[in-house]
Amino acid sequence: MLADPMLPTPYRVTRVIRDTHDVFTLECAPPSASPAFAFAPGQFNMLYHFGVGEVPVSVSGDPGRAEALIHTIRAVGTVTNALQRVRRGDAIGVRGPFGNGWPLASTKGDDVVLVAGGIGLAPLRPVLYRLLAEREHYGKIVLLYGTRSPADILYARELEHWRARFDIDVQLSVDRADANWRGNVGVVTTLFERVKFDPLNTTAFVCGPEVMMRFAIVELERRGVADERIYLSMERNMKCAVGLCGRCQYGPSFVCRHGPVFRHDAVRRLFSAREV
Amino acid sequence: MTGPAVLERAHFQHLLDVLRAGGYRIVGPTVRDAAIVYDEIERVDDLPVGWTDEQAPGRYRLKPGSDRALFGYVVGPHSWKKYLHPPAERLWRATRNGKTFSISAEPTASLKYAFVGVRACELRAIGILDQVMTGGVPADPSYAARRSDAFILAVNCVQAGGTCFCVSMQTGPRAASGFDLALTELIAATEHVFLVETGSERGAEILDQVPHRPASEQEITLARGKIEAAAAQMGRSLDTTGLKELLYRNYEHPRWDEVAQRCLTCANCTMVCPTCFCTTVEDVTDLSGEHAERWRKWDSCFTLDFSHIHGGSVRASGRSRYRHWMVHKLATWFDQFGSSGCVGCGRCIAWCPVGIDITEEARAIRASERLPAGGHDETA
Amino acid sequence: MKQLDEFLAEHSFFRGLPREYLELVAGCATNVRFDAGSFIAREGEDADYFYLIRHGKVALELFVLNKSTHTVETLGPGDILGWSWLVPPYRWRFDARAVELTRAIALDGKCLRGKCESDHDLGYHLLKRFTFVLSQRLEATRLQLMDIFGAAAS
Repeated sequence: MLADPMLPTPYRVTRVIRDTHDVFTLECAPPSASPAFAFAPGQFNMLYHFGVGEVPVSVSGDPGRAEALIHTIRAVGTVTNALQRVRRGDAIGVRGPFGNGWPLASTKGDDVVLVAGGIGLAPLRPVLYRLLAEREHYGKIVLLYGTRSPADILYARELEHWRARFDIDVQLSVDRADANWRGNVGVVTTLFERVKFDPLNTTAFVCGPEVMMRFAIVELERRGVADERIYLSMERNMKCAVGLCGRCQYGPSFVCRHGPVFRHDAVRRLFSAREV
Repeated sequence: MTGPAVLERAHFQHLLDVLRAGGYRIVGPTVRDAAIVYDEIERVDDLPVGWTDEQAPGRYRLKPGSDRALFGYVVGPHSWKKYLHPPAERLWRATRNGKTFSISAEPTASLKYAFVGVRACELRAIGILDQVMTGGVPADPSYAARRSDAFILAVNCVQAGGTCFCVSMQTGPRAASGFDLALTELIAATEHVFLVETGSERGAEILDQVPHRPASEQEITLARGKIEAAAAQMGRSLDTTGLKELLYRNYEHPRWDEVAQRCLTCANCTMVCPTCFCTTVEDVTDLSGEHAERWRKWDSCFTLDFSHIHGGSVRASGRSRYRHWMVHKLATWFDQFGSSGCVGCGRCIAWCPVGIDITEEARAIRASERLPAGGHDETA
Repeated sequence: MKQLDEFLAEHSFFRGLPREYLELVAGCATNVRFDAGSFIAREGEDADYFYLIRHGKVALELFVLNKSTHTVETLGPGDILGWSWLVPPYRWRFDARAVELTRAIALDGKCLRGKCESDHDLGYHLLKRFTFVLSQRLEATRLQLMDIFGAAAS
């Protein structure tokens, strides 16, 4: 933990990847003589652009390859638009990691179903890296990924890699496409009927827009996966990320401290309520 | 601790001087802009001598009191969070260095405040803020520093305000603990004294330097009686039985729609509430773009910005924002910090421009609680 | 009851339904009214009823973050509201809100489900009719998804 959790540390950007028209990935390195960045899949950092501001962004790299700290970011506001203009060699501020992570330890021995919508794949990618690094500890591994259109697919090359493996089931669908697309068209929930997993021994990690998570959970429950085996990642406004500014409250929880990963049975009432 | 003492009105200035000599910056009530606010003071005359206040939903007026009491009023729009958890605070400064930048944290200011005139409800509010700001990990270092150095001169209320309900919240009117010294003002035709209770070593040291004498049984009884009279006079009450569960059961109660029609989401309640702690962070640069600063500032859950995430606010409707504030204050605060967030000071009631009364809202929900809707409105 | 009987018989949805089934369905029917702005159904709640709208307008809505609600479709007099009662887990998949004062006939789906289980002929009659309504909605939704008025289409 940092000496002062409100102080960003400058990290040097080593690589910029343009993923889609509004999504980009920054890889960065810590200041020399600093230890490599350690994090658990599901945790996030506050990324600072000098003079502009900070945003919470999930870490989306491989926890086992600590030489690069990787974040995939969608340009939707002032700070993320400024971060989109960052170039190799520039510095960005990093504070973190904050929050809890996906409960990988307790899923050993289970089938694992990852349901990702849009940029929701970014916080789940570290999970996939870890699962594949310890493949023998898990049963089936299923990735269901839905996105708006073929042009919005993230990590396309890696997805092809994973799809080519025989020990992981990757299904992809887009909401709309033109004739050049040979893949599935339909919302991500339509992918459930294509995959097999053992609902009694499945843990599901769901990440994406709230409405998508709602419907994905309905499908999981329809397949017989119990509430306490479904985890979701919540997003709320954040400024301090350490539980003091009060903004990320979700019922009695602080998303920055008790989340962003929540077990569905623990937040069921809140999750189905509006504007809480 | 020793038994209660008595301090003469004539020696009150001496008390202030002793505090200043001890390195304290004295903050106390004073009249400004037709209200009694908290500000730095030096002399007894800076206090609202002879003033009293009239408070009701959406109403606050000062008027001359019937005597020359120093503390003949209750609480105004300011609370001690103004000093413990300041409205604006710089967290760090940064300077560009070519492609990178360097940051230096703001040194924790060593400010020793002496708070004069802290009411029992406010003492509890400070205790609540202690839990919020330093009860978790990480703690807020600047709050911790200001708090540990603060000298608290409490004052027991001998009259209740029109919007007060500290008795319901079990926070007053008597200051039971958490102070360095606590005063009860006793004013009669021929005499004007203060009963003084010592609450700490620090308090005893200060009192030792000021002329005082042991209190008589009569004076102790008189003081107790006045405080009990204040307790019987409360302007409002709030039934706290099962209040948390009541609110948790009633997220969809129609009362929220009703109050939403009145609430302006002006955020006054959060500004005056002594336990509201929410803040925002502002990153700014100078014109050259070479120097940046990060500031922490008070904010309110009533703003749309407060719950804003990529393109929308989670709590877009005024209804949801009022509900969030009230349910947080009276219910989820328990789950987060182990107590109610409300101390019954009544400020939110007085300073709401449309006079929304939190005790009335709670009462309305309790009185007309609906079980989960089952059927339809059938017609013939 | 007789009044509801006759009204149901006239409605295109129930046209051709054998008399004894019409009476049975009417036995599970009540006349209901919803004030403007009130919710007829909320996403996630048990779907025990479906409705035959007689008067007014109902909006099918999905609660999304950026706007408070997203209106998927509106239904009016003569339309059938609700198929979730037929499909497990029998929970509403969207919100239904009366945009104007709405009067409808509420049909007890929970009760009818039971009756369909014991009388498959009734089940077939109802399912035929619902399949037609669902296919119409699906075609319409697909067309809606295509964003035919958007810039790309022209």
